[in-house]
Amino acid sequence: MPQPVKSGAAPRVNDFVVKFANVNGSGSASANGLFARSILRMGVPVAARNIFPSNIQGLPTWYEVRITEAGHLGRRGGVDLMVAMNPQTWDRDLAEIESNGFLFYDSTRPIPPSRFRDDIAVIGVPLTAMCNEAYELPRERQLFKNIIYVGALAGLLGMDVSAIEALLAEDFAGRDKLIRANVEALHMGLDHVKQNLAPLPLQVRQADAVGDRIYVEGNQAAALGAVYGGATVCAWYPITPSTSLAEAFTAYCQDLRVDPDTGKARYAIIQGEDEIASIGMVVGAGWNGCRAFTATSGPGVSLMTEFIGLSYFAEIPAVIFDVQRGGPSTGMPTRTQQADLLAAAYASHGDTKHPLLLPADPGECFEMGALAFDLADRLQTTVFVMLDLDIGMNEWLTKPFAWDDSRKLDRGKVMTAEELEAGADFGRYKEVDGDGIPFRTYPGTHPTKGGYFTRGTSRNPYARYSEEGAVYVDNMQRLLRKFETAKTLVPAPVLKPAKGKTKDGVIYFGSTSVAMDEALEILEAQGRRLDALRVRGFPFAHAVDEFIASHDRLFVVEQNRDGQLRTLLMTEIGVDPSKLVPVLHYDGTPITARFIAGEIGQLLSLGQIEAAE
Amino acid sequence: MTYILKPQLHHPKLPTNGLGYTRRDYEGSVSTLCAGCGHDSISAAIIQACFELELPPHRVAKLSGIGCSSKTPDYFLGNSHGFNTVHGRMPSVLTGANLANRELIYLGVSGDGDSASIGLGQFAHAIRRGVNMLYIVENNGVYGLTKGQFSATSDKGSKSKRGVVNHDAGIDMVSLALQMGATFVARSFSGDKAQLVPLIKAGLAHKGAAFIDCISPCVQFNNHPGSTKSFDYVREHNEAVNRLDVITPRDPIHVDYKPGETVRVQQHDGSILSLHKLAELYNPNNRAQALGYLQARQARGQIVTGLLFVDPDAGDLHDSVGTVDTPLNQLGEAELVPGQAALAAINASLR
Repeated sequence: MPQPVKSGAAPRVNDFVVKFANVNGSGSASANGLFARSILRMGVPVAARNIFPSNIQGLPTWYEVRITEAGHLGRRGGVDLMVAMNPQTWDRDLAEIESNGFLFYDSTRPIPPSRFRDDIAVIGVPLTAMCNEAYELPRERQLFKNIIYVGALAGLLGMDVSAIEALLAEDFAGRDKLIRANVEALHMGLDHVKQNLAPLPLQVRQADAVGDRIYVEGNQAAALGAVYGGATVCAWYPITPSTSLAEAFTAYCQDLRVDPDTGKARYAIIQGEDEIASIGMVVGAGWNGCRAFTATSGPGVSLMTEFIGLSYFAEIPAVIFDVQRGGPSTGMPTRTQQADLLAAAYASHGDTKHPLLLPADPGECFEMGALAFDLADRLQTTVFVMLDLDIGMNEWLTKPFAWDDSRKLDRGKVMTAEELEAGADFGRYKEVDGDGIPFRTYPGTHPTKGGYFTRGTSRNPYARYSEEGAVYVDNMQRLLRKFETAKTLVPAPVLKPAKGKTKDGVIYFGSTSVAMDEALEILEAQGRRLDALRVRGFPFAHAVDEFIASHDRLFVVEQNRDGQLRTLLMTEIGVDPSKLVPVLHYDGTPITARFIAGEIGQLLSLGQIEAAE
Repeated sequence: MTYILKPQLHHPKLPTNGLGYTRRDYEGSVSTLCAGCGHDSISAAIIQACFELELPPHRVAKLSGIGCSSKTPDYFLGNSHGFNTVHGRMPSVLTGANLANRELIYLGVSGDGDSASIGLGQFAHAIRRGVNMLYIVENNGVYGLTKGQFSATSDKGSKSKRGVVNHDAGIDMVSLALQMGATFVARSFSGDKAQLVPLIKAGLAHKGAAFIDCISPCVQFNNHPGSTKSFDYVREHNEAVNRLDVITPRDPIHVDYKPGETVRVQQHDGSILSLHKLAELYNPNNRAQALGYLQARQARGQIVTGLLFVDPDAGDLHDSVGTVDTPLNQLGEAELVPGQAALAAINASLR
């Protein structure tokens, strides 16, 4: 039986989860986004996750908004208020609601009592009937229904309607008719609630917890990072979930990279015929002294691997943004995973390995997006920036972008015409400084000096053809020294010590971090102490070795099936596998704090029982 | 195999070009291809063309894929930067390199396996983008490095050295280039230096995607009776449409002794192509006619050579993208990094 909302209970303020269940293609995304952004405008942090199908129209889609004054930006797990707008998923959506939680639904058509739950309260609003009465056109009925439920929710949750109106005015600036129509729909929902329903015991109240943070997608942030990192050539091929990165780069370049005198572009963006051509162009541009990148996802990385190997052996800078998603082909392309770690770290044939940067939020996507180009030039190799769909395609609350105007682009070891003229000994693959990094020249530098023929392998330190085994081995050893140098250049890990001494630790990276922060709080409250290390780069800095050495047991938390970070730690640092306990979440949804705390809590309890026995 | 440095002894009286370079300055290391390979004749033609065009050798970037032909950039222009990329992917690397520095001259050297089989897609797309380059396919209809397999340009019905008959239709690179929008399309024969050198000069001077399909018999695996890419076959079936001279702006005087038999075409860089027409009614400015002519001759078993099509006013990829005149690889912080002030505005728009 549907239960009405009980009045008089003490409301939960600024700490609950609302989930919207919609049909994709129904225009719900912008209304749901409006809901989340208006809460931000009230000074209350939100963490929003879009869970969408890989088709255009008709399949279920969800949008989860966590309202969190405490600033927990990961998913918590569970839903307090379900906005059930999709009959197809009604049963599973209802099942997800917390006990004593709330269901908001369209009550136009009666739903049999058996389809509800006894332990939740329901709020029915006859949305379809209201729309049918107010609007003639089917499309209007559809679109305004979304705004009407936002208005109804604003009434139920005690939201500041002026914040929503202000956003509508900004979003539709200059289109007054549209603003008026949306505001009318908003009030239609609001008025219905005021006249017919009581406020819910879930309330949003004005706060001051957002600060100067910005709300942005990781792909957009990474693209801006590429602009600030001095990237001039972008070659890419559309693939979810990385497409919006290349598109954001295009938009930012159109704003920021046009010569004001001539109107000409200080960039070149090419949509390749495939991922192979895209990385080929990147390698060609890198060889010729440009900062170049491609944005792709796992299947693209697979196609690019031959070129990635060439970049490794021929020592050509390249940057790849890999926005990770679930497995190959169709199926999980719009779901998130951290499952390309091994594919990227060891991409290609022969003995190859590549630096990876592991941003944990859009703020780091910007910073590492820029840094990647310095590292690629410095190390003369492919550098990966490993985003995932969760960071890349969801808007996250993150620290504002900042840039030190005195910062210079590090172009690495490039020999100039003057140095060549002055008689510098140029050997393209010659060790000079003990860091494994040789000098290079850009094509066309000097009429008679510094030219060389670029090959994959089979050449001596002066780039002359050689198939001598000893020469090959010597070169491979130098490349290993270069990889050692990379350890000191990739971003250092971030240590979060427990409140007291412990021999247990957790290691994690990327989008897991926000949920991990909260999980650590939950575990701490249970008296479970863990030192935490967030890995931000590969090859691992020595601080990672030290952290592992100073703990007895380490939980490695990641979003893939095979424990890919754990494998890298075992392979690269030589850690005893029994010391690294995998905690894995890979159903395609972003990992939750409850999952991490639950798994680790259980494993710790189990450990105690075993120890007692 | 070892690297063979060419002796650097210069004959004191070697003739120099206008820049003071001798022909030697355009040479590379010693070829390791089979003696008599058509590809070596093409390398020699490239050397001569660059010498005669008075190109500063280091301003040429030479790129190739993988295969016998793709080894040749090591054998010419030894002071130029070269790039032996991966199989079938030279076009994309060349495209990227070209985007990075529009001021260099780009020479792509490839083979029929590299460009018509594994790299057919990249070949087509680089051409249709109008990358400013000269793309030469050294076409022998066979895989030499792996010892004699058919390539995609092998004609249907032709026989391999082992007597195997090819049943697949051959790809005509010239027709493909025409259809993909190449703005300079020619075919020649490695054994016809008089025709090839001017074509290479004209192709290098052309702005836009220039393509030369150069039939180059493989002395080891595809120079036997039954092959349609052998010296004898090509000589017997060659149908040249024209003879070409290239007059650079540095050569202002050109006396044409046979008026009525030449067509003069001025290219974008000011050079003039002087076409001596051999075939009646052949007009190299008409793409559709070129395709028709090729097919008609092909049906008669003839291999048409010469300059088949040229658009003297062609644009290139940089024109389409609208890039600045300064090469992108020469832009610095001031031009590329918008700075904190711009970020502050972006931050404000994201709240």
